[in-house]
Amino acid sequence: MTDTIKLKYIVSPDDFTRAGEASSDVKGKLKKMGIPPEIVRKVAIAMYEGEINMVIHANGGTIDVEITPSEITMVLADTGPGIKDIEQAMQEGFSTAPDNVRSLGFGAGMGLPNMKKYSDEMDIQTQIGVGTTVTMKVYIK
Amino acid sequence: MEGPFFNSVQLDKERCKGCINCIKRCPTQAIRVRNGKAVITKEFCIDCGECIRICPHHAKLAVYDSLEVIKNYEYAVALPAPSLYGQFNNLDDVNIVLRALKEIGFDDVFEVSAAAEIVSATSREYVEAHPEKKPFISSACPSVVRLIRVRFPNLIEHLLPIAAPVDLAAKIARERAIEKTGLPSEKIGIIFISPCPAKVSAAKSPLGLDFTNIDAVVAIKDVYPVLLSHMKNAAQGYEELSFSGKIGVGWGGSGGEAGGLLTDSYLAADGIENVIRVLEDLEDQKFSSLDFIELNACSGGCVGGVLTVENPYVAKAKLKKLRKYLPVAKFHQGDTELHGEYWDTKIEYQPVFKLGSDVKESIALMARVEELCEKFPGLDCGSCGAPTCKALAEDIVRGVARESDCVHLLRQYIHKLSDEISMLDNKKE
Repeated sequence: MTDTIKLKYIVSPDDFTRAGEASSDVKGKLKKMGIPPEIVRKVAIAMYEGEINMVIHANGGTIDVEITPSEITMVLADTGPGIKDIEQAMQEGFSTAPDNVRSLGFGAGMGLPNMKKYSDEMDIQTQIGVGTTVTMKVYIK
Repeated sequence: MEGPFFNSVQLDKERCKGCINCIKRCPTQAIRVRNGKAVITKEFCIDCGECIRICPHHAKLAVYDSLEVIKNYEYAVALPAPSLYGQFNNLDDVNIVLRALKEIGFDDVFEVSAAAEIVSATSREYVEAHPEKKPFISSACPSVVRLIRVRFPNLIEHLLPIAAPVDLAAKIARERAIEKTGLPSEKIGIIFISPCPAKVSAAKSPLGLDFTNIDAVVAIKDVYPVLLSHMKNAAQGYEELSFSGKIGVGWGGSGGEAGGLLTDSYLAADGIENVIRVLEDLEDQKFSSLDFIELNACSGGCVGGVLTVENPYVAKAKLKKLRKYLPVAKFHQGDTELHGEYWDTKIEYQPVFKLGSDVKESIALMARVEELCEKFPGLDCGSCGAPTCKALAEDIVRGVARESDCVHLLRQYIHKLSDEISMLDNKKE
């Protein structure tokens, strides 16, 4: 019996109407797998924030999700500009989002802080001009 | 009381042609066509009535009581929903409808809109006392509550834990009738005139309440034509029966309940697809600054119920006109002993869509669903009887459908088989 499920999503750039499709699909699947509601909520929020970040800052990218009976791992990889100062980006309210994005209600500077808050483990690998890979884990207790 | 998954929406097998209209429209994917007939999975059904609306063969029906039910009681009280008032042309006084209800056989009337004003007042108090539970989600639409119960476990705690206006109206009406007549409770009939099947289910199997005082539910579309012939006569009368103002009558349309909260910090969504979108976003915390979320499964609100007759937007416009000269509220909490009722049972999450019995098994089944989806053509044609290829895949892993139910896969098998047979034939020659 397979006890791991792997899902892959492509996040398209500059399309706010589609941003959130991947996290919403994962949310639906987790519910059908009987994952406890509070865990589903953490994954949905953390992943949605990451997905939006990829649309705003990084011309999209890919998200790989791996679900096992003990944890959910999300790897969000992009080939965007990279994060200059991770410590600064982690501060609540800090944002480099352009005005046109802010006018849509995004770019409040809560993306990375929320991703950290709602995941149990988070790792950021970033290189200026090359891209960023964020790995988040949520444990199923 | 009926079981926890009682449904008012049911199927008329004789009329069902086995087409795919309802399976495609159902917002919870509760319907399948099996052996040429639609089948409703009652655990998934939220009684929204969308299938009744879409079925071209009128094979979906709502189970409710006929107007004859009045005769079962020595003293019958009508509880008209405010949406009833939106059905009539040029109505300028609610009292005319209420007097007409008495003319057609009811002994008394008590407006649901009057109870709605008490519910509004109680809701205002509760919202103010519990800022930590914001945003509050309206619990007046039974389809919405049922949807949240099976699909949005994280939002259950945001539901306003207050009995819906009709339940409060039924309680008040019964107490008043007993006081007025001295009859024992069972000889009194409290009869709701409903815009929708979901309210029928809520009366048969209430959520949040252990008990409801509603004895029977009749449809607005059945009562309306009977009332029409009495309207002229009722207009000549003088009896004042109406107890509700702008707030109460407003509950009949989308935005009315929110209006009664006297806050600007709300959104009101109507139509089941829109409701689902709002709930999804709310669950992901895409907006959190609002105080109140009003949700109605039907377009336009209760006036859009599948048991009404008038176009919902026309009915809403009529309600607006009717409300114009009414006082804000007639039924003030301070004037009476009456108070809204809080829920006495907690609503529990019912994970009816879960694939397996535990997480491990469910993951394996979901992996199989993904595999099957790769195999299916992704046309979502509905020929297999499931609304989408994904739904068929889920049915297969649940053990209620087979791969060969997919006509496209079946065609591939047959082609393969016929190729093999012709190969055998060639060998013989």
